[in-house]
Amino acid sequence: MSVLHEVTDTTGLRLDLSSRPPAGYLTAQTSIRAPIPHMAEQPIVSISNLTKTYASGHQALKNINLAIRKGEIFALLGPNGAGKTTLINIVCGIVTATSGTILADGHDISRQYRDARMKIGLVPQELHTDMFETVGATTNLSRGLFGRPPNAAYVEKILRDLSLWDKRKDKINTLSGGMKRRVMIAKALSHEPRILFLDEPTAGVDVELRRDMWNLVRSLRASGVTIILTTHYIDEAEEMADRIGVINHGELILVEEKAALMKKLGQKRMTLQLQQPLQAVPAGLVEWNLALKADGCELEYTFDANAEHGAIAALLRRLDETGVGYKDLNTSQSSLEDIFVGLVSERSIDKQIGGRQAGNKQEAKA
Amino acid sequence: MSASERAPAFNGYAVWAIYKFEVARALRTVWQSLATPVITTSLYFVVFGAAIGSRIHTVDGVSYGAFIVPGLIMLSLFTESIFNASFGIHFPKFTGTIYELLSAPVSAMETVLAYVGAAATKSVVLGTVILATASLFVPLEIRHPFAMLAFLVMTAATFSLFGFIIGIWAENFEQIQIIPMLIVTPLTFLGGAFYSITMLPPAWRTITLFNPVVYLISGFRWSFYGKADVDVGISLAATLGFFGVCLLIVGWIFKTGYRLKT
Repeated sequence: MSVLHEVTDTTGLRLDLSSRPPAGYLTAQTSIRAPIPHMAEQPIVSISNLTKTYASGHQALKNINLAIRKGEIFALLGPNGAGKTTLINIVCGIVTATSGTILADGHDISRQYRDARMKIGLVPQELHTDMFETVGATTNLSRGLFGRPPNAAYVEKILRDLSLWDKRKDKINTLSGGMKRRVMIAKALSHEPRILFLDEPTAGVDVELRRDMWNLVRSLRASGVTIILTTHYIDEAEEMADRIGVINHGELILVEEKAALMKKLGQKRMTLQLQQPLQAVPAGLVEWNLALKADGCELEYTFDANAEHGAIAALLRRLDETGVGYKDLNTSQSSLEDIFVGLVSERSIDKQIGGRQAGNKQEAKA
Repeated sequence: MSASERAPAFNGYAVWAIYKFEVARALRTVWQSLATPVITTSLYFVVFGAAIGSRIHTVDGVSYGAFIVPGLIMLSLFTESIFNASFGIHFPKFTGTIYELLSAPVSAMETVLAYVGAAATKSVVLGTVILATASLFVPLEIRHPFAMLAFLVMTAATFSLFGFIIGIWAENFEQIQIIPMLIVTPLTFLGGAFYSITMLPPAWRTITLFNPVVYLISGFRWSFYGKADVDVGISLAATLGFFGVCLLIVGWIFKTGYRLKT
């Protein structure tokens, strides 16, 4: 591991000098990833050097490279307009790429589009439905479109799984928004895809449906379907995803295992409620970089989730020595949301990288 | 699906699924779809057949009422084919459901075959219904039934293809209406639907020959009465030529993704 860390350190530094911190960051992240068993397998979706420039001159995607592993749930996070939907639409064939290659299950999406597309299902962000058609008819149409022979039993199973069976003869425009969302999913699943794209699947969906959808996604993954989802709800990614990619301004700035990401970038915070308010942080506590909060009633200590736990014990000892009394303390860990917000604001990226490098150096020294 | 499973070279399931879906939509509104043209045709008979027919007894030895039947069928065939096909492809663009077609393993040829096939089917059924309605008003003879059927199917297919192009080109429903109303209907009225171009003064006759619709109506009328304003071979060539042009445009649309993809 120590060798790997050194490699990381130099890679990070070198790419830093090229004044493209996000890309350097990605490389650094990739290089320290421990070998994972299914990495040996061919990726189910492989995107290389993908760019998209719209006729207006807007560059929506800048040299995207991404490999999706078979059977994983991959969450693509990013603010509005970051390029998430463009990326998905290119893989699905709705938008034409400016350059780059994409393989879906080994098939080039433009040259072997039939083979590639048969494997892919898409639930788009917008509720596009044939409003005057019935649920059953539109689902059967989808199955046929994707080259599958009619299969009433399979379509029935999907409709039942999505609680749509009772509505199969209803016209779509009579359904609620949540039900329409289910219809979109039924359509996407009707041809038994191996790769499922969910573009903001739970936008505008109530809590119950959201839970249902998460369960559905999990059961699909259990049946071997690879799922790529974009979301604004970061808790969703936190709950569901195996890996997370962050895209901003058309650049993929990070791809990481969720657990590792949270461990690496997560910050912990300890808040001490003081017995007596303080005017300033006592001189003896300077090395912990404490912040005085709540009109001097609270001391806040923020630290790297990876830091040695000894630091807390030392801090508490020092508090006793300096005679600062506290009546309560609590610790909290940053959520993926905090990490995400930190990542997409570029100043903070620089800070994170700076912090990481400092951390790596310390470890290297040790 | 196993990894080794490959998609077939022709996605017949998709063609059939779209075709069925489109025809089912027409069947749901079968009364509106058929009632309008039947009533319109009857009105034409009342106006042209009774009012004008009492003054022009025969054209080329055919009673005026019978003479206008092929032209009337063609008029409905043109407008309904364009409308059905343009609506069929424009509606998914309007609602956004086109995303599914664009992401499906369906070729341009299969898409056109399904949409144009469904629209043409509706038009052929409609033409037949109008023919049956007309036979209630005037005694009809069809000298060349197979040629009649061939012209009917070819014209339905060609104008459905034309409508398909309009449906993709149009950015709203108003634009869908513009071409049939501003171009096709006037050309049909001026193209000898209700008169023989031999009845026109020579100068107008020459100008009329630049109207492509003349050849379509003339050929169709020939299959009924064996008489035509222009040679039936030219009519056939004109129909096939228009079909070919539309096919080339559709090919170009799918190749470039014009108004389909960004």
